[in-house]
Amino acid sequence: MMTLKVNGRDHQVDAEPDTPLLYVLRDDLKLNAAKFGCGLGQCGACTVIVDGKAVLSCVTPLLLLEGKQVTTLEGLGTIEAPAPIQRAFMEEQAAQCGYCIAGMMMRAQALLQKNAKPTDGEIRSELEPHLCRCGTHMRILRAVHRAVRLMDTANAAPLTERSTQ
Amino acid sequence: MTKSRKVASVVAVLLIGGAVAAFEIAWRPAIAAIDPPAPQSFDAALVKRGRDLAAIGNCTTCHTVRGGKDFAGGLPVPTPFGTIFSSNITPDPETGIGRWPEAAFRRAMRSGVDRNGQHLYPTFPYDHFTNVTDEDDQALYAYLMTREPVRAPAPDNQLPFPLDQRFVIAGWKLLFLRRGTYQPDPTRSAEWNRGDYLVEGLAHCGACHTPRNALGAERSSAAFAGGDVDYWHAPAINAQSPAPVPWDADALFAYLRYGWHPDHGVARGPMALVVSNLTEVPDRDVRAIATYMAGVFGAPPPDRKRRGDEVLAQTKSPAAQASNTNTAGAAIYAAACATCHETGRPLPYGGVNLALSTAISSPDARNAANIVLSGVRPVEGERSPIMPGFASSMNDGQVVALLNYLRARFSDKPAWTGVEKTIETARRTQTVFMQTSPEPYNVPVDPTQREKP
Repeated sequence: MMTLKVNGRDHQVDAEPDTPLLYVLRDDLKLNAAKFGCGLGQCGACTVIVDGKAVLSCVTPLLLLEGKQVTTLEGLGTIEAPAPIQRAFMEEQAAQCGYCIAGMMMRAQALLQKNAKPTDGEIRSELEPHLCRCGTHMRILRAVHRAVRLMDTANAAPLTERSTQ
Repeated sequence: MTKSRKVASVVAVLLIGGAVAAFEIAWRPAIAAIDPPAPQSFDAALVKRGRDLAAIGNCTTCHTVRGGKDFAGGLPVPTPFGTIFSSNITPDPETGIGRWPEAAFRRAMRSGVDRNGQHLYPTFPYDHFTNVTDEDDQALYAYLMTREPVRAPAPDNQLPFPLDQRFVIAGWKLLFLRRGTYQPDPTRSAEWNRGDYLVEGLAHCGACHTPRNALGAERSSAAFAGGDVDYWHAPAINAQSPAPVPWDADALFAYLRYGWHPDHGVARGPMALVVSNLTEVPDRDVRAIATYMAGVFGAPPPDRKRRGDEVLAQTKSPAAQASNTNTAGAAIYAAACATCHETGRPLPYGGVNLALSTAISSPDARNAANIVLSGVRPVEGERSPIMPGFASSMNDGQVVALLNYLRARFSDKPAWTGVEKTIETARRTQTVFMQTSPEPYNVPVDPTQREKP
């Protein structure tokens, strides 16, 4: 049994320490935004934020997460009150099949939290490890640029952190 | 004449003499500029030969910056003295070498002087290129002059005074630039001599794999004993090699040809770029390099051979239980690493058994830290080795525990010292390396590319 902090809440998780975070998020906590893509840390679909950094949850065993704060897409916003990054992706219609989008949004969110005004080159190189097979890359890039503008006027922090402020 | 006047005259004569001598040493004339020659004026076969030679010389790795055009320069090269930016060697007339006649190119290769007569920093390894023949220089010139011209001025070097004064380089050359360090050995095979010529010349293996002295020159007494490059350790490739299984000519050939070998692992960091370039080179040249380097490694003494055999046998038997699985490092290894490194899935797509890893047996933890943090990025459009990096998911304490465990379990060497500091440096420097160095582009071998001009 270990305590896993996800989206501002402590969860008691009954899993082996070598269980990948992704399995716990999806199977135990029913947080299904992060996707299983390749299982080898090569496609980015499983990306979540751990202590402010984008992390590939499919190759991150639970034992590395002791005392760390995990944020998933569910922790950024809701359907009623989407976070700026989510609004931006919706407004640009950046999803085709949508499988890669949660991962894309989480890495973009992590980037914007540490660099509020990234250049196009910085966004491209940050998202480079993420695969999208539908080919919506140009919309995804536009969505991140839009998120930059939205965050200029909105509070960019995840919901869970906002509520505790 | 009074005594003091005499002394003054002697001093004056010495100073003037010294200045004249220094001028003699330092001054090189400009070579007249030419109109850029038309690409069609070069023989296609010569250009093709130049292409193979440029690949052996690894020219593109330093003369290309990530996101930039091939050979257009601008790569920051970190040295203990400051940062030097590689130059533009495309045939652009203003910012490249478009107005250089072949004689100027040959002089640069031979003695590190540009067309204007300005001394070049030895980051450009003319201490090796001085051994390249006129014919090969001619082919390289033909290849470079037929590339796409790119307008890209090199950024200014970041060097402190007086190192930013180029006459200082003339003194360095006086001390360290030796012509004719390569001489054919008639008692050896043609293949060995070809390997010697390439390794000591164009391939400039020693530029990374030989340690350097306080003035940045290779220590000839410690040839191939291991050096530094771009925040990586270039391991010893002589009798002091830390490789758990001793190298031989066949293993070297396979490693240089395909970028990996089942008994040694995959090329990564700057070496990944070297094998990426070598994929374009004919088998016979790679074989020659392997043959020559096998001689430099030397036949392993019986105890090393025995240990190598033991390690190989152990990696082929069912995984032995680690002795101290209760430590933090062991648990991290079991959860995050063993899932690839102990599955027995063959290289290059599976992870090498770390008992075979030179990084784990190396004198410091630098390469192991770089790999754990940054992983091995796939090569665009190729089937290539992969490993995710753990920089964002492991904190420093976790990486320290892991590296110490790997060292204790998978090598017979004493514990590393200063692992915390190594990790801190690796986090900082790998960010730079990954953002500036060009990516490997061609691994494993794609034979369809070989005959293309």
